[in-house]
Amino acid sequence: MSAFLRAFAAALLAAFAFPAVAHQVKLGDLTLTDLWTRATPPGARTGAGYLTIANHGAAGDRLVAVATGLAERGELHEMKVEGGRMTMRPLDAGIPIAPGETVTLGPGGLHMMFVGLHDGFVDGGEVAVTLTFEKAGSVETFLHVLPIGAAGPGQDAGGDPAKPHDHEAHDEERR
Amino acid sequence: MNGLRAVRYGAWALVAVALVVAGWLAVTTWTRPDDAAVVTIGAPFSLTNQAGTTVTEAAFKGHPTLIFFGYTYCPDICPTALAEATSWLKELGPDGDRVGVYFVTVDPERDTQEQMASYLSAFDPRIVGLTGPADRVEEMLRAYRVYFRKVETEGGDYLMDHTSSFYLLDAKGELVGLIDQNDEKPEVLARLRRAIAEAA
Repeated sequence: MSAFLRAFAAALLAAFAFPAVAHQVKLGDLTLTDLWTRATPPGARTGAGYLTIANHGAAGDRLVAVATGLAERGELHEMKVEGGRMTMRPLDAGIPIAPGETVTLGPGGLHMMFVGLHDGFVDGGEVAVTLTFEKAGSVETFLHVLPIGAAGPGQDAGGDPAKPHDHEAHDEERR
Repeated sequence: MNGLRAVRYGAWALVAVALVVAGWLAVTTWTRPDDAAVVTIGAPFSLTNQAGTTVTEAAFKGHPTLIFFGYTYCPDICPTALAEATSWLKELGPDGDRVGVYFVTVDPERDTQEQMASYLSAFDPRIVGLTGPADRVEEMLRAYRVYFRKVETEGGDYLMDHTSSFYLLDAKGELVGLIDQNDEKPEVLARLRRAIAEAA
């Protein structure tokens, strides 16, 4: 099970088990849920952002741009951990959401990255963002700020990212 | 007859060579950096902590040590790792004082001493950040067999790919294990307690 799948599973679990960060955005055929980020340590120049995008339409769409007034710019990235190495790459073509599909941006996988923070993200606060999709257009909304190291909405915070208790998958990773 | 014997000896010699090569391959495979306990890492170094004090390889001796290699521009895995280390130290209670925890930058260009001090103030104060001149940091990372790679992005900016596991060193400063994102907290705490007990 890849780190991405694990993060995805964790995010799904979070989405279904703890609908705590309840704030949903409808934009055309898209539904955006679990919009969140983590508080940033003092002096941090970057911050991440996460959400779940469900495409109920008959056509594919694509998250192409993200922005916040708190940072110089927003990018879309994919992070991977393979063989004990972390790699991160910008997704210049954006993040596609196929018709009928749901895509989750979460820790350890796809994420928004805000670069050149003017101000830190404060635990318990909100980060106003503009999300732009190729077809559905732009929407102004916000990300809920959870503590540093939080695993996701409704999960325990404080650096103990809860993982799905999927020991079979866990073992598989070790082989 | 002699010719046949020569062929036979020749064949045995080939078998012997093959065995030696196989043995050598096995050893080099076992000692790749990801496998702990059989790897010798490290070398003398001299870096600076977030308070401006010089730290050398001597700091990794006399107690178990956890080292994470990362950078403060890292939005995801590094703050998560530091938050995890903070929670481990909290769980260990007073025993937490008997483990050294280090955050070594893979991005000395941007992670100045001041930047490290500011960033680390969000985490357990026992976590020591290490930075210094780029050549000295890179030399240390290589000696500890850390993977790090600069990836240029648009606008002259860059990201760093890097080793994502914590190193666990014993009291002699030798690598005895890796702790990664998939390890469950109770398991990690048990390993740390065992390492502390062994070092006592």
